[in-house]
Amino acid sequence: MLSEYLPIFILMIFALAFASVMVLSNRILGPKKPNPEKLSTYESGMEPIRTARDRFSVKFYLVAMLFIIFDIEIVFLYPWAVTFDKLGVLGYVEMFLFIFVLLVGYFYIIKKGALKWE
Amino acid sequence: MIPLSWYLFLSLILFTIGVLGVLIRRNAIVIFMCIELMLNSVNLALVGFSSYIGNEIGQMLVFFVLVVAAAEVSVGLAIIIAIFRNRLTVNIDEINLLKW
Amino acid sequence: MSLFDVAFYVLAFITVGSAIVVVSSRNIIYSAFALLFTFFGVAGLYVLLNADFIAVTQVLIYVGGILVLIIFGVMLTTKVFDVPVKTETLHVGPAIVVTGAIMGTLFGVILKTKWFDILNVQWDGTTKKIGERLMTDFLLPFEVASVVLLVALLGAVIIARRERVKS
Repeated sequence: MLSEYLPIFILMIFALAFASVMVLSNRILGPKKPNPEKLSTYESGMEPIRTARDRFSVKFYLVAMLFIIFDIEIVFLYPWAVTFDKLGVLGYVEMFLFIFVLLVGYFYIIKKGALKWE
Repeated sequence: MIPLSWYLFLSLILFTIGVLGVLIRRNAIVIFMCIELMLNSVNLALVGFSSYIGNEIGQMLVFFVLVVAAAEVSVGLAIIIAIFRNRLTVNIDEINLLKW
Repeated sequence: MSLFDVAFYVLAFITVGSAIVVVSSRNIIYSAFALLFTFFGVAGLYVLLNADFIAVTQVLIYVGGILVLIIFGVMLTTKVFDVPVKTETLHVGPAIVVTGAIMGTLFGVILKTKWFDILNVQWDGTTKKIGERLMTDFLLPFEVASVVLLVALLGAVIIARRERVKS
């Protein structure tokens, strides 16, 4: 059972090793000749005009919150999808009721304009 | 082989850290994180029981904890953001009035 | 000591260690990122407990959803000028007494009870079993959960958007 997770474990170790080797070799091997132009935030891009530590718009929060609610809906859908052949018509009704309740909320927030990015 | 009680001790330690955090920290968002820690420790205990007994109900209950955790975080943070807009603070010692 | 035990100790260490950082760090951003490691550690422990679907759900919802939401919460509530992301602690003495009492009580309970200490009821695919339970014995909580989600959805949208309605 647990040996099924061995590839994931190996992948994680490999990713960690690869990332640290890249960062470290850059630090050790790369030449360091800093000048003010190189040290600016976007070397060939636009000048940053304000601090990056500003408050975010609440729109980002709303999108993240909507994501989490429907994320949970998906998590509930998954065990249903695995077993729905055994559940018959009742299983359909149960899940459609569940989805319907959340769909009401979905239409409400669309009407409210919460998904508009203006 | 790890006995069940070790998982329970781990869950207990996580829960205690969460309680301690709620009691000593003054920042509302850190308090939210500590509540998440406590919910996680309860989930861990539930899954531990479920696996050792061989009954899937414990694992299923975790889903309902997840639903409550998500609802709590989304509404709670919305409230904190609304308070921050009015008071410019998230320190719960300064948010001690029901109305201002 | 088998590989399984080593995995348990490592994951337990990651989980508890980062949980301590969550509580003790003065910088709220550090707390949020330490919480990431706690969530991953708990997900790893779920894997050790043969709860594969729960482990995936943990990563999906806690790391992918709740933690992102918390970090947005941090970014939305820092002050516009000269961010004081640091937070102070208070009442450490009484808090330690209270938590010590809770911990002692629960510790005694765990120690005194006789637990089943044999794992390996053979699990093959927990998802199917969870699905069957959810759709038969626990149907009412399942449908109520959708109502809870609906209320949270509406409540959070209304509270968080209040500013826009005013302006």
